[in-house]
Amino acid sequence: MKPFVAHEGQAVVLPVANVDTDQIIPARFLRKPRSAGYGNFLLHDLRFDANGRSVADFPLNRAEAPSFLIAGSNFGCGSSREGAVYALVDYGFRAVIAPRIADIFRNNSVRNGLVPIELPDDEYDRLAQAVEADPAREMKVDLQTCTLSHPALAPISFVIDEGSRKRLLKGLDDIAETAERFGAIEDFAASYRKDRPWTWPASPDKEAR
Amino acid sequence: MTTGQPRTLFAKVWDAHVIGTDGDQNLLWIDRHFVHEGSFHAFGKLKESGRPVRHPELTFGVADHYVPSDHSAPPKDTEVANMIDLLTRNTTAHGIDIFAMGDSRQGIVHVAAPEQGLSLPGLTIVCGDSHTATHGAFGAFAFGIGASEVAHVLATQTLWQKRPKIMRITVDGVLGEMTSAKDLALYIISRIGTGGATGHVVEYDGSAIRALSMEGRMTLCNMTIEAGARAGMVAPDETTVAWLEGRPLAPKGADLDAAKAFWAKLRTDAGAAFDKEMRFDAADVGPMVTWGTSPEEVAGIAAHVPVAEDFQASRDYMGLEAGQEIAGIEVDQVFIGSCTNSRLQDLREAASVLKLGKVAVPTMIVPGSAAVKKMAEAEGLNRIFRDAGAQWRDSGCSMCVAMNGDAVAPGKRCASTSNRNFPGRQGRGARTHLMSPAMAAAAALTGRIVDVRTISAKPDTGAGQ
Ligand code: SF4
Repeated sequence: MKPFVAHEGQAVVLPVANVDTDQIIPARFLRKPRSAGYGNFLLHDLRFDANGRSVADFPLNRAEAPSFLIAGSNFGCGSSREGAVYALVDYGFRAVIAPRIADIFRNNSVRNGLVPIELPDDEYDRLAQAVEADPAREMKVDLQTCTLSHPALAPISFVIDEGSRKRLLKGLDDIAETAERFGAIEDFAASYRKDRPWTWPASPDKEAR
Repeated sequence: MTTGQPRTLFAKVWDAHVIGTDGDQNLLWIDRHFVHEGSFHAFGKLKESGRPVRHPELTFGVADHYVPSDHSAPPKDTEVANMIDLLTRNTTAHGIDIFAMGDSRQGIVHVAAPEQGLSLPGLTIVCGDSHTATHGAFGAFAFGIGASEVAHVLATQTLWQKRPKIMRITVDGVLGEMTSAKDLALYIISRIGTGGATGHVVEYDGSAIRALSMEGRMTLCNMTIEAGARAGMVAPDETTVAWLEGRPLAPKGADLDAAKAFWAKLRTDAGAAFDKEMRFDAADVGPMVTWGTSPEEVAGIAAHVPVAEDFQASRDYMGLEAGQEIAGIEVDQVFIGSCTNSRLQDLREAASVLKLGKVAVPTMIVPGSAAVKKMAEAEGLNRIFRDAGAQWRDSGCSMCVAMNGDAVAPGKRCASTSNRNFPGRQGRGARTHLMSPAMAAAAALTGRIVDVRTISAKPDTGAGQ
């Protein structure tokens, strides 16, 4: 994963609450390999009608090349499928901004270089209005200073948990980082197993049901 | 960590698993890990990192999302068949035990794993599936993760997590007639909303929770995720231990004695602090039905579809009028199944209603596991279902998520015991009404959404069979 420091680009507003991961990527696409281009599946059943025609007034179909998604509250709720994040990232999104973002989706985002930003309602509304008023204008996110800027607004600072911020800023390869602690992990596991041997699955025996 | 300070059940489980700390993140030891067909991205990532599975004996594979609901024939769709096959290949290659299609242990992961005795009090349990919250019914900290985290667990048997907040929902009193854990779960969501528990782990407590069977507790913890929670938990008690004893992979002998001693202390200490507390009375809960496209768009059976302008999009999708009575809405089909409501008790509840007549609309009953199917058949439930004209299938996720080809056609309306009524969840354009197994069975008999208490009253009045 590439480090994420700052990004500038256009935004699009999707003013719908509770957009769940089944809508972000319908289940039937999840069997596709990533190389199939998950961007094509993004919000598929909202972007395209049953005959595969593009829905003209759907916000994403009107925007040129947006990289900020100004989403509705509780964005990404539902299934834990990381494919939802792949779809956004492959489409070109670098940040999702919403009044509230679902937990597992947020975890998945930071592991794929997509910045999840929650804003209080009033700031969120101002930003969404500014974007709607002039969709062509670019906005910016700076993860070092935790600020969002839009030409029509005063800078907006946001809060993101430290672990996520670090992971994004460094483009951290989680597994390699954790592997450096294998010594400590195995020490823990050994004493844990000694204290609580029952936490390991028993071997099945024949009389059991 | 600190002794002497009163701690919550959750804190006791979390603290016992902390290996290290980095800023606001803890590195946690993971006791159990389940993988299903969707884990192929994670196995791919593992391959990229060139690492082996660190503790294959702590991960179990279960085929559920894509398996056809008729196990006698392999799926016709080659992509679907490949997903099932790929899981077997990936798990076998890494020495992970797999409950594949045809295995007597196979089932929906959140039904099959507890059944085998893999989900125990005090454990950390993860799976690349949001309904992993189900296993919290045993007093485990069980939560859903994404593919990157699945790869991390495979490679390290650990996870980095920020400590969630903790919320207690206390439910006292007694649930009414024909009212189940599913109704309670939907009722709680109706009160706190789909974001009501975001960022929190929910501990359920109170006399109504203690009175629930393990099946009921699993249903409740399963639906906790629909309130936005990270996990749901119920402290272990005699019900828990009695359910676990003798399961194939549960502790035995001296291990069981040690486990029981440990579990006896796994409860929230008096005076422990919660970030949020809510109380409900079980007597206020009746049969619940969702009318909209989010689990919070739910109401009691006697309610009407709301008239507020805000709900126009939901009403349009669902094809309902503002102010329309919920009772009486005609359904095209019924699905009884999913990790929420496909255990033996759920099927018994459905059977107790279905034995009163014949189904008026196509009704599909999908047991949660091969073992549930066997037990149900041993007590003759399959005959009740067949006599009523319902289809009795093989275990898997089936129409809950429509990945295996069992889908609701566009515009069709389904009474369903699953957990999500999102647009397109059961198939593109499908309209889903969530309810309990008994309510779904009542809808099957009448072809419309109806108060099951009016149906079950029939035999008592002498008007029934
Ligand atoms: S039954 Fe439905 S909710 Fe449960 S694991 Fe399967 S797809 Fe997910």
